[in-house]
Amino acid sequence: MAEKKKLPSTFLNMVVVLTLVCVVSALALGFTYSQTKDAIAQGKINKVLAALKDVLPDFDNNPYEEKKTYAAHPGLVFYPATLAGEPVGTAVETFSSEGFGGDVRLMVGFTKDLHIKAISVLGQTETPGLGTKMDSPSFLKQFAGKDPAVFKTTVKKDGGNVDAITAATISSRAFCDGLNKALEALKQEAEQ
Amino acid sequence: MKLWQEFSKGFFKENAVFVLLLGMCPTLAVTGSAINGLGMGLATTAVLVGSNTVISMLKRFIPDKVRIPVFIVVIASFVTIIDLSMAAYIPDLHKALGIFIPLIVVNCVILGRAEAFASKRGILESVVDGLGMGLGFAFALTLLGAVREILGAGAVFGWSFLPEGSTTILLFILSPGAFITLGFLIALINVIKRRFA
Repeated sequence: MAEKKKLPSTFLNMVVVLTLVCVVSALALGFTYSQTKDAIAQGKINKVLAALKDVLPDFDNNPYEEKKTYAAHPGLVFYPATLAGEPVGTAVETFSSEGFGGDVRLMVGFTKDLHIKAISVLGQTETPGLGTKMDSPSFLKQFAGKDPAVFKTTVKKDGGNVDAITAATISSRAFCDGLNKALEALKQEAEQ
Repeated sequence: MKLWQEFSKGFFKENAVFVLLLGMCPTLAVTGSAINGLGMGLATTAVLVGSNTVISMLKRFIPDKVRIPVFIVVIASFVTIIDLSMAAYIPDLHKALGIFIPLIVVNCVILGRAEAFASKRGILESVVDGLGMGLGFAFALTLLGAVREILGAGAVFGWSFLPEGSTTILLFILSPGAFITLGFLIALINVIKRRFA
C-alpha cells in the first residue's frame, strides 16, 4: 500500500488537530450524556421503587415522592408508606462502610410498630460467591417479621441472633451495621 | 481471504489474553463469572471497533508527534459513550463491572491496536481487526469466567447446576483463582498450538 503523506508535525498542525479532535469528542460526549441522562436517572428511581415494593407492607401512596432526610442521619433516606392515609410503615435506605469490598447499601422496611418487614440489598461490592450471598433469600429471610427488641441484630459471633454468611463474617457484620443504623435513626425520629 | 485472516488472528494466533498477554487487569479482575467476562469483552470490542475506525479514518490528518494524545482522546470518548449507554440500558451489568468500564481507556490492547494497526491500515481492515481482536478478547474473558464460575460457584452464566448450599471450590472465584485458571488455560492453548503447528 502506497503510504500517503501524513500531516507534518508543525506546531500549528498539532494545535489545530488536537483541538479539533477534542471539540468533536466533547460534542459526541455531550450528545450521549443528554441522550442517556434520563434513562440513567429513571433506572435508579426504578430500582428504589422496586426495593420499596419488596420491603414495605402494602401501600397506596408514593413513598419516593415523600422521602425525607435528616441532617442528624447523613446518608439515610426515609420513605414513609401509607395505606388510605394511615401510616403503615417506613422504609429506610441505609448503608455501611464496613463491607469487605466497599459500601453496602440496603433498603430496610419497617412496619409501623418498628418490626422489620423485609430487607433488600440495593448495592454491594462484596466478594463474589461469599459476601454477595447477602443478597440471597436464605440469608435475608431470617430478618422477616422480626422484632428488633427481641431479635438482636448483630451476628452470633458478636452475641446477636443473626446467622452470618459462611466465610463472610465481615460482610455479614457490615449488613448488620447498616441495618442497625437504620433502626437507631428510625427510633430516634419516631420519638420526636 | 486476507480480511478473514485479520479477523481470525485475534481468536487464536494473536489472542490478546492467551498469547499476547495484554489487558491483564480487566482479564483477571472481572472474570468471576461468565456473564461479567462476556460483558467486559463486548464493551471492549465496541470501544476497539470504534477507536480503530476513527483512527484509521483520521490517520492522515494526525501529526506524528501528537498521535498518542489524539488516540487517547478518541479512545476515552468511546469508553465514556459506552459507559453512559451501559449505565442507561443495562444497569445491572454496568454495576457488576463497575470501575473496570472506565478503565477500558487504559487497556493496552486498544491503544496497541491503534498504534500498531489502525494508524497504518485502511478503514475496512481496521474495523475487521478491531472486531477480531475484540471478540477474541471477549472469547478469552468468557472462557476464563465460565471456568471460574463452574469450579467456584457451581454455575454457568448464572444458571446453577448444583443444589443450594453445596460446597464449591471458592478459591476459583477469589483473586488467586484468576491467576491459576489463566495459567492453566494458557498452558492448554500452548499444547493445542503445538499439536496443530
